[in-house]
Amino acid sequence: MEERDEISVVASEEALTRVSGPSWVRLWLGRVGPFLGLIFVLLVFTLLSADPAQYLSPRNLRIVAAQTVIIAVGAIGMTLIIVSGGIDLSVGSAIALTGVVTALGLRAGWAPSVAVLAGVLAGGLIGVINGLVITRLRVIPFIATLGMLGAARGIAKWLAAQQTVNVPETWVNELAVTFPARRWMFFAPGVWLALALAAIVAAILRNSVWGRRVFALGSNEAAARACGIDVENLKTSVYGLAGLFFGLAGVMQMSRLRQGDPTVAVGTELDVIAAVVIGGASLSGGEGSILGSMVGALIMALLRNGCQQMGWPNYVQEIIIGAIIVLAAVVDRLRHVRRLAET
Amino acid sequence: MLRLFGIEKRFGSTVALRGVTLELGRGEVHALIGENGAGKTTLMNVLAGAVRPDAGAMELEGQPYLPQTPREARQRGIALIHQELSLCPHLTVAENILLGNEPQRFGWLDREAARRKAFEVLRDFGHPEIDPARRVADLSLAARQVVEICRAIAARAKIILMDEPTSSLQRDDVERLFALIRHLRARDQVSFIYISHFLEEVRAIATRYTVLRDGASVASGEISTVTDEYLIAKMVGRAIEDLYPRRKRAPGAPLLAVRELCAPPLLKRASFEVRAGEIFGIAGLIGSGRTKLVRTLFGLEPARSGALIFQTQRLVVRGATPALRLRQSFGYLSEDRKGEGLALPLSIADNITLTRFESCARLGWLDRTRQQAQARSWMDKLGIRARSPAQAVGTLSGGNQQKVALARLLHQGARVLLLDEPTRGIDIGSKLKVYETIAECAARGCAVLLISSYLPELFGMCDRLAVMCRGVLSAARPIEEWTPEEVMRIAISGKRNEDAGAKGVD
Repeated sequence: MEERDEISVVASEEALTRVSGPSWVRLWLGRVGPFLGLIFVLLVFTLLSADPAQYLSPRNLRIVAAQTVIIAVGAIGMTLIIVSGGIDLSVGSAIALTGVVTALGLRAGWAPSVAVLAGVLAGGLIGVINGLVITRLRVIPFIATLGMLGAARGIAKWLAAQQTVNVPETWVNELAVTFPARRWMFFAPGVWLALALAAIVAAILRNSVWGRRVFALGSNEAAARACGIDVENLKTSVYGLAGLFFGLAGVMQMSRLRQGDPTVAVGTELDVIAAVVIGGASLSGGEGSILGSMVGALIMALLRNGCQQMGWPNYVQEIIIGAIIVLAAVVDRLRHVRRLAET
Repeated sequence: MLRLFGIEKRFGSTVALRGVTLELGRGEVHALIGENGAGKTTLMNVLAGAVRPDAGAMELEGQPYLPQTPREARQRGIALIHQELSLCPHLTVAENILLGNEPQRFGWLDREAARRKAFEVLRDFGHPEIDPARRVADLSLAARQVVEICRAIAARAKIILMDEPTSSLQRDDVERLFALIRHLRARDQVSFIYISHFLEEVRAIATRYTVLRDGASVASGEISTVTDEYLIAKMVGRAIEDLYPRRKRAPGAPLLAVRELCAPPLLKRASFEVRAGEIFGIAGLIGSGRTKLVRTLFGLEPARSGALIFQTQRLVVRGATPALRLRQSFGYLSEDRKGEGLALPLSIADNITLTRFESCARLGWLDRTRQQAQARSWMDKLGIRARSPAQAVGTLSGGNQQKVALARLLHQGARVLLLDEPTRGIDIGSKLKVYETIAECAARGCAVLLISSYLPELFGMCDRLAVMCRGVLSAARPIEEWTPEEVMRIAISGKRNEDAGAKGVD
């Protein structure tokens, strides 16, 4: 590029450590933005609702929480991938496949914990395969995981013999139930599990060497490689770890349906990606937080729940959610363009 | 400490390195000098493990050295500071400085230790005011360069490779960098390979030198024993080949006059005029503002001020667009053939007629037969080798692609040709054809602006020449009054003031 050698001219016109106001504002907006969105959605439906007390009731909040779990658990994994500069489109199929695996295990009489573990590990395996295809065969993530979207769905149908897999009554079915049997829990066990995992992964992403390297990878892959980071294995580990979360989301999905359904969760990847992007992550990598993604997931669930409460038909929800995904991407782009303009 | 013997590397059909031999002693600062494209950056990439050589051997501290990855090079103690900044903008200063060897406790980042280590390195470099907790995206470019250098220091490298490290530093930072290099040499016996175009800088810091020309090492020794003239002669060192269709031209009236054109920060001042039937050369290093000048003329980059006169007519300078310039019969050949010059998946015919579809369209509908016939006639004239005008441009060789790009300007009927590196990366046969075509255009009365990094080309083709250095264009002189050595001297004078600039047109 013509510009490079000439940077001195720019530099000499600037103080060495200029305090950049706009960047602060943007950072703050990136952190607080998702919460503003959450309040906005709550406000809109409270005002629109004929019965605001009912909409804001603990009962309805519990319903929303239970509806959030699957997207939220998926969004934990997706946050890792998007921060690393990647994308995963195979989430919906992975949820179906891992749900079927768990259900088959339960039906075969495995201990529930073993069946759950098998489902989660199946998700991890899918993720590792994605990671290997991306790093070893050098296929871009979009295509690699698009392929997996088809393949995993097919395998799920094959394993389940194209039918739903009914499961015996075990504690697994209570994981994502709206109103848990033990009243002191208030929220479903799955909600608490998701919150705990979110806290752990948030800490890993913020404070572990691995987590900071994931940010470095998404921020500037060439720089990470030049600094001696094993970029290929790091990427594979990101997809693998994220896959474990998609597996857990599959278990939750099975728990909610109380059966393994190979045709479930079509298009869920879009909800998951939307939750992460609404939560302030950048699709070009290097930016994102678990807290933001959790708020994003909650916004998605509140939207769906609100539309249902209003008695709006399904297609209205779909239109609104579609528009919000695009809006979130536009916001991401605007932030990105501003940054490019600065450098 | 480090020895290289006969390092060779080719990329496809182009040879980047053809036998480089270099010896680096412990605690030595070794300058690597050469023109653009001489292979300096490729050699650095070989040393840093980013590129694997095809032939040759390397030895580090008596052990064979052949890094497969940048990681391995780092582990052996070799760190590269890139010409282009390679930082992670989203991470903090401390995280960037320590990336790859973060202080950790059971996998958790030890933030306090990281902050302290980063601060120590920054302080040693004389920049304690840069906060290790700041995000790199919020820093100025100069501060980012400081961070980049600190990263190599923090890696405790035994050999540090610096590829134009001062390109974005201010004067006193260059002094600080030199002080730090001297400090690291004395204290830790660190060795440096230092690439720079600016001989003045090289003399200030290096003890020994190696000159690269066309991918081979052609001279080396103690830098204090040789003159600048000797080094420049070694860098240029080529006889002007008899490639160029020198023919007597009689340039006519000025066709294009440019006065005090300014597009900061890259282009500070350029004044010149080009006559009809004249080839006007612009020399200068990559990054000196040459490309910026033609892009500004063509309306691709905004100008701040200046005047532009075509024949007798004053043209808009601010707010010009390429569409406007095309109507004013300007033609632009981009240096980035694949990125900007051609639509690779489209056919030869589409590419040639792109800027003047009207010639083969009726009421907005393309007449394919006419388009193909027109394309075919240009293909014959320029000797473009292809199966048919419908063939995709991306399937052609570089030379044929460049001829297609040039044919577009001819088809467009441009009277002012802005040619940026028209022969970069193409074979000798295509080069001859391109030279011939440019000369013909000039003979027909076009004004040609020719940018090139290859001096023999400029000397062979141009009627007059001016040199760009740090955004300022020198006065133009007839080509007979220049020598290659003089052109190089102005291009690499490294003066940060503007003495070399022209006060007006000649």
